Amino acid sequence: MLRSTLKSLLARKLRLVLSGIAVILGVMSVSGSFVLTDTLSRSFDALFSDVYSTTDVGVLAKPKVSVATVDGVEVPGTIPAATLDKVRTVPGVATATGRIAADGARVIGADGKVLASVGTPRLGINWVGEDDLVKLTAGRGPNADGEIAVNAAVAKAAKLNVGDQVGVLTLSPKQQFTVVGVFGYSGDRDSLGGVQEVAFTEPVAQKLMLGQSGLYSEIRVAAADGTTPAQLRDSVASAVGADYSVLTGDQLSEEAAGDLQTGLAFFNSILLGFAAVALFVGVFLILNTFSIIVAQRTRELALMRALGANRRQLIGSVLLEALVIGFIAAVVGLILGVGVGAALASAFSAFSGGLELAGVGVPPSAVISALVVGVLVTMIAAVLPALRASRIPPVAAMQDVANPDRPLTKITIAGGVVTALGVILLGVGLAAATGDSVLPTIMGGVLVTFIGIAMLTPLISKPVVSVLGRIFAWSLPGRLGRLNAGRNPRRTAITAAALMVGIALVTGITVTIESTKSSLAGKAEDTVRAQLVISGDQNPSWPPSFDASVLDRAATLPGVRGAAGLSYDLAQVNGERRPVNAATDLARLADVYGAVPAAGTLTTLRPDQAVMSAQEAAERGVSVGQTVSVQLSRGPVHQYTLVGTYEEDTLPAAYVLPAAASADFGNPQPIYGFIRLSDGVPVAQVLPQVQALLADSPEVSAADRSVFIEQQTSGFDQIIMMIQLLLALAILIAVLGVVNTLALSMLERTRELGLLRAVGLSRAQTMRMVTVEAVVISVFGALLGVVVGALLGTAVVQALDGEGITELVLPWGQMITYLLVAGLVGVVAAILPAIRTARLNVLGAITHD
Amino acid sequence: MTVIEKNDVAVAARAGDIWKVYGSGAAEVTALRGVTAEFRRGQFTAIMGPSGSGKSTLMHCLAGLDVATKGTVHIGDTELSGQGDKVLTRLRRDKIGFIFQQFNLLPTLSAAENIRLPLDIAGTKPDPQWWDTVIDTVGLRDRLSHRPSQLSGGQQQRVACARALITRPEVIFADEPTGNLDSRSGAELLKFLQLSVREHGQTIVMVTHDAVAASYADRVVFLADGQIVSELDNPTAEAVLDTMKRLDVLVAAPRQSDENVTAPAAAR
Repeated sequence: MLRSTLKSLLARKLRLVLSGIAVILGVMSVSGSFVLTDTLSRSFDALFSDVYSTTDVGVLAKPKVSVATVDGVEVPGTIPAATLDKVRTVPGVATATGRIAADGARVIGADGKVLASVGTPRLGINWVGEDDLVKLTAGRGPNADGEIAVNAAVAKAAKLNVGDQVGVLTLSPKQQFTVVGVFGYSGDRDSLGGVQEVAFTEPVAQKLMLGQSGLYSEIRVAAADGTTPAQLRDSVASAVGADYSVLTGDQLSEEAAGDLQTGLAFFNSILLGFAAVALFVGVFLILNTFSIIVAQRTRELALMRALGANRRQLIGSVLLEALVIGFIAAVVGLILGVGVGAALASAFSAFSGGLELAGVGVPPSAVISALVVGVLVTMIAAVLPALRASRIPPVAAMQDVANPDRPLTKITIAGGVVTALGVILLGVGLAAATGDSVLPTIMGGVLVTFIGIAMLTPLISKPVVSVLGRIFAWSLPGRLGRLNAGRNPRRTAITAAALMVGIALVTGITVTIESTKSSLAGKAEDTVRAQLVISGDQNPSWPPSFDASVLDRAATLPGVRGAAGLSYDLAQVNGERRPVNAATDLARLADVYGAVPAAGTLTTLRPDQAVMSAQEAAERGVSVGQTVSVQLSRGPVHQYTLVGTYEEDTLPAAYVLPAAASADFGNPQPIYGFIRLSDGVPVAQVLPQVQALLADSPEVSAADRSVFIEQQTSGFDQIIMMIQLLLALAILIAVLGVVNTLALSMLERTRELGLLRAVGLSRAQTMRMVTVEAVVISVFGALLGVVVGALLGTAVVQALDGEGITELVLPWGQMITYLLVAGLVGVVAAILPAIRTARLNVLGAITHD
Repeated sequence: MTVIEKNDVAVAARAGDIWKVYGSGAAEVTALRGVTAEFRRGQFTAIMGPSGSGKSTLMHCLAGLDVATKGTVHIGDTELSGQGDKVLTRLRRDKIGFIFQQFNLLPTLSAAENIRLPLDIAGTKPDPQWWDTVIDTVGLRDRLSHRPSQLSGGQQQRVACARALITRPEVIFADEPTGNLDSRSGAELLKFLQLSVREHGQTIVMVTHDAVAASYADRVVFLADGQIVSELDNPTAEAVLDTMKRLDVLVAAPRQSDENVTAPAAAR
């Protein structure tokens, strides 16, 4: 039995390749994401151990508000100069250097715009001279207030040479500096992992990067001869006390890398999620392939039964075939995954501006997951076909191999039950809306629903395919193609269902996001009274900001009724991390933006007063008159008395703090400015003057309200694009499924094709026939996907009604695009099978057994 | 064989000294060794011969399904040798009809659609009068909307015949048309073929190994070992059997090498 299985496997290599490809792609994406994150993680390890290679012991202040890398920028804690003096007196300390390094030094490039960053920090540091790591490549270090040195990455990006003037944005508005030096790093590197660095003199760095003189963000200590880093750490730690963390260089680099690890792990699980979708689709493909193969081998399998093989042996035979294919595919997928992971890592490195990659490694997690996933998925997919093989009666060996149209009653009932189960699960998940189990419940519900719908698909495939096919019925090849697409409902259904999964997910997510977008935009349209808004493209790491004085000057412009701004910080409010805003003047902001009070009043806040949205107040259990304690990025804990609340969404903030609070913000400058014009003043009259005021704030622009609303929701478009990109793999596998089904069906119909060619069907007509079949199947799949996706999206939007998503938007344009793309995909999928079919030897085909 | 001039319109198909060699070197098998034959318009010819005599190969070469290694093949006044797929496909569509042992109907199409298939491929409409004639001759009027799976073997083969006739081809090639039928259905079919020759002037070339089937033909050509060895006009089943017996004796002695030449493609 073993021998005959392996022989039949080898005899049909094409089948092996086709069914293997789905597994290969799935395994490739799984192991690829492991290799990618592993490579990046080791690269970051190397990077940080480089950064701290010259440090024996470092002293860090705990940040006031801890922020994970994925959530935004953490404002480092600060160390007063007195502590540095204390460290210098500790026995065993050779030198102790106070360092300043904080994100947010944005260099203005030659084009007048701030140099781009892809999430990598733009550090402002104090110049401490050259060492083993940092090397000047031109000029010298800064020694006057108006001088800076920049790293080679900045110099190249901004086309700066020694002697050039350049504007830099920091915690303060734009200031002009003279570049007196350019530095690089050991090993001829322009940057460390793409990080931009601007080195000021110490007092300037303190003022511009930490907001206050006499502070450092870090102390780096070199040990005197005979003192080990560990000993030094302990003695420094006891000297500075428990407010600081004192670590050896190795610990520092580990800790820094550890921060990124969390981010990478998150990134990895997203990638794995999409890989899982791809594998899920792959299961459909494998299931279909094995079903077709079992159908085609009916006579052979029946013969084995007739010769005395028992059912278990037949099941074993099919599963063994799956095991072999799964194993080979897993190995190939692993190898490809290593390649893809490495390629993505170098793409990442190039994109981020030069992270030096550690060698590509194959982590055990990649190998184990590849093998387990590859073999298991294939075996699971083969179970049903194996059972079917075992039910072939021995007598089938003597009969003509007709593929009997098995009734669809059973599968339809089962499909109905499974779909209902999925929908219930989905409903439970959506209704709960909060809690840890919500996401798994929703995802499980979606998954089960997909399986159920796939089981229902054979029933609807006949009528739908017949209707879809009418489009092509004008020619004989078209008609034949349509009939072929409809002749095996199960096969067509599974192939189409595989395509459905990817498209349904994309459509569902798009419906949800578009609805959210439109609801938000609609609300903003209704509530925002300001005709002019100052804002920049939202960047997650360092929100674009502008000079607060612009608002005062704008307020004095003729035709302007009032101007107000909001600055932003991540704070701990009553111990929980919340985004907060400070208004330049709440009374004016309320007038300009159109805030609606819910309780209390929205007047100009005293330094110890705050307001919050009514919803936030309810959620936190706070009411007017009570106090909240707020720890901002800098400074001590503040107590604010709540003097009012406002209707949700009538201000773009959950908390509004007094203007004075912004001094302790990570970035004190406003990120939004709202300008309300006097009645009857046209926007065009004021806009150019406001734009002129913003000349020194290149991160933002003034525009009318609609542009602001668009900017607010632009992040959503990127999410949609990302999801489309990631689901492209699942869709690609589904396309392979179409190719596979076609190729195997053509093989099955060899004799029929031979006849058609014998009675005069030309090659071109043959190819057209195959293409129509493929197009009908793909469009059917896309149609299913669009419909199911729209329903899923609608369900989610309905469930989120309470969260402020009130509008349901169906992205018709995109949905139609998916259908058209599916048609194109069908054409592409048909290319190979069509060519193969057209090249068929007529004589050979017609006598084909 | 009567001597006819090359371009005589009375000839529907003509083989001129055709050779067919499969493989090369040690594996070389010669299926046809210089066969010259003419098939007159309006004549029902049977090609007979023992297994491996090359009769199927001859038919495949005549029908443009296979290409002769050497020699010329004409269908009407069209020369086949050296033509590309496009021309051969057109020729098969417009000038040649086929009837196969396995019926070879499209399962997705109804009987009527199967019959109309070559016309649909060409994008033309059947001549209504001829359509009625063909349908009535094969006696399938009440079965036209049925799928092949709903028809008996004999009915399926009659659909295949109607399909071959509907284009009024220069010549119909029938490859063991009764091979998969019981004797009564077989006899009906052969009578029907005879009828279409006698009444409608159709040319039919039929390969068979059945002496009774061959007796329905106007003429029998006997092949042995890749060569034409004998001919009978207006044959009876007994005369055919006698000739076959003589051939068996003749062939059994010298050569037995060409055993598998009739179906070279079956090895695929």
